[in-house]
Amino acid sequence: MSLLEIKNLHATVGGVEILKGINLTIDAGEVHSIMGPNGSGKSTLAQVLARRESYEVTQGEILYDGKDLIAMKPEEAACEGVFLAFQYPVEIPGISNAYFLRSALNAIRKYRGQEEMDAMDFLPKLREKMKLLEMDDKLLNRSVNEAFSGGEKKRNEILQMAVLEPRLAILDETDSGLDIDALRIVAQGVNAMRSPERAILVVTHYQRLLNYIVPDRVHVLVDGKIARSGGPELALELEAKGYGTMEAAAGRA
Amino acid sequence: MATQELTTYQQGFGGFEKSAAGNRLAWLRNLRRDAFARFTEVGIPTTKIEDWRFTNLSSLAQTPFRLARNGRGSIAAKAIDQFKITGAACQLVFVNGHYAPELSNPGKLPDGVEISNLATEIESQPSALESWLGRYLDTKRDPFSALNTAFLEDGAFIHIEKGVVLEAPIHLLFVSTSESGPTMTHPRNLIVAEAGSQATFIEDYISLPNAGGTEGRLFCNTATELIAGDNAAISHYMIEREDTDAFNVSTLRIEQGRNASVASHSVLLGGGIVRNNVHPVLNGEGGDCLINGLFAGTGRQHLDNYMLVEHAKPHCGSRQFYNGILGGRAHGVFHGRIIVHKDAQKTDAKQTNRNLLLSDEAQIDTKPQLEIYADDVKCTHGATIGQIEENALFYLRSRGIEEAAARQLLLLAFASECLDRMAEGPARTHVEGLIHGHLTHLIRASANGKASEAAG
Repeated sequence: MSLLEIKNLHATVGGVEILKGINLTIDAGEVHSIMGPNGSGKSTLAQVLARRESYEVTQGEILYDGKDLIAMKPEEAACEGVFLAFQYPVEIPGISNAYFLRSALNAIRKYRGQEEMDAMDFLPKLREKMKLLEMDDKLLNRSVNEAFSGGEKKRNEILQMAVLEPRLAILDETDSGLDIDALRIVAQGVNAMRSPERAILVVTHYQRLLNYIVPDRVHVLVDGKIARSGGPELALELEAKGYGTMEAAAGRA
Repeated sequence: MATQELTTYQQGFGGFEKSAAGNRLAWLRNLRRDAFARFTEVGIPTTKIEDWRFTNLSSLAQTPFRLARNGRGSIAAKAIDQFKITGAACQLVFVNGHYAPELSNPGKLPDGVEISNLATEIESQPSALESWLGRYLDTKRDPFSALNTAFLEDGAFIHIEKGVVLEAPIHLLFVSTSESGPTMTHPRNLIVAEAGSQATFIEDYISLPNAGGTEGRLFCNTATELIAGDNAAISHYMIEREDTDAFNVSTLRIEQGRNASVASHSVLLGGGIVRNNVHPVLNGEGGDCLINGLFAGTGRQHLDNYMLVEHAKPHCGSRQFYNGILGGRAHGVFHGRIIVHKDAQKTDAKQTNRNLLLSDEAQIDTKPQLEIYADDVKCTHGATIGQIEENALFYLRSRGIEEAAARQLLLLAFASECLDRMAEGPARTHVEGLIHGHLTHLIRASANGKASEAAG
């Protein structure tokens, strides 16, 4: 059974249809990439998978591990193992990063019937993961994402992924705004998470990230539909030719 | 004011004066009489008066309150156990404004710290009180200060000598309980912190059911004169957590000397109609005042904060930060008035009021009022009104945190801006616990409100 099966997915945002019939299947252990021009619906798909309620699914279905994902609230999806690394991580003044991470982990552990972790057990585990992402210890006691640099915010997303250990991780333009060093570190963090039980969906505008996180499949999203799918070489082709030809093809179709 | 509304106060004052502590002292008698005369001139203010525009007191005016005699016997020691503050230097308990030694714990205080109650001091050393008592509170402008002064008899008296540093906070617990019918109390506190001293005071207002089972609305009208000498460093906490049908008016008048640094923290969680007056006067060069507050209400609570910050001397700084959280049909008011007197050059005054509304029916009125008579000053003010951010809520939920818990976390985060301004220690820890509990209650109340709306 596939980990994620999206069938004929239509979704609207503020009454405007953005996703117009997406079909996509991802198996555990695979890394897929969704590429596409601005406004093609990449981020909408990511948000729908994370169950943002202001994004309305009007048709189709999403099966996650055989379960109806559309029926789930965001917190249920998260507890079932869906994780979205945000394109624009949200700043939350007044909540320390460490407290936030532990609250999230414990919410998920509780849902799964596991014992909650206290700060004593949690912090060493967290520090170890931060080291991998070359994150400053100071970021633990600062408010969530507040006054973080762009790169620190993105690394903080990957840190959350590493702590929460999802089964389906969706990275929404995690590469945008990163310099090459930060990109390498983020990719290293993601690659460390690759495993036979886990699927990763990398949403990106640029091929650059895929030099570091090599996908099994690449899909090109144009105007709310998948216009083409292929292997990693498709990303290189897009880099060379741009989205123009594919947009034209979609327009003809 | 309607005469019948005043009658109960007049009868009350007549009876009170006959037996009040210190009624043979001419200065005290005059202080009370002048104040009562002033009160009857003005009466309970209506919304036509600018300072009371957003707070309707007609229910208070129409309730025939009787002056509490002394409810001490009706409160059992174990009933107040849960209100102790861990780490406090001492705890003085007042029941309906009267000192209750049998419920209090005077603790072990260092030399140079004198803690007593006003009624005792009036009898034993009235001449020492005369130079402070009633010198600072503005009974002309504020009818409740006048009313409090008319009925002043008991409350805390604290005197910290020059240079004495008291690390642990002094806890003053004020218990209101009804005495067969609507009951009013007028606690009066006098705190004198001499030059270079350092201390923390917590005024904590609660209400408890009467052991005799009698019921009646409560009206607590409290006033504190806090004198901070040159270089003194003082923290003051006002915690209101009475029943949600109680009336509470509190007035804190701070007199600051040269280079004195005072922090006033107000935490309004309980009470039905609450008016919190904070009135610092920076009356020495180089003084600094932090006026920090959190008010969080639901149901039909009305929480009114009236700040009057007076800069009387040059080179002083004041910073007001008030955060409001309002659910249900609660109504919050923030009135931030800053007066910079002619000589107060180089004043740096700042004011910020931020509010979160949790329901469509909740309401906030926020009003800055700057009166600047000096020409070289810096005064800024700002107010925001918002709701819990959908983005932040989704972010937390997408990490597995349930919606109610996520909302609570965001409220705590908002409240923590106020907590962060409090110095670390027993007082802050205590307040933090109270706020946690209260916000949980607020979230539940607003969730229930929504559910019943949906059912309706």
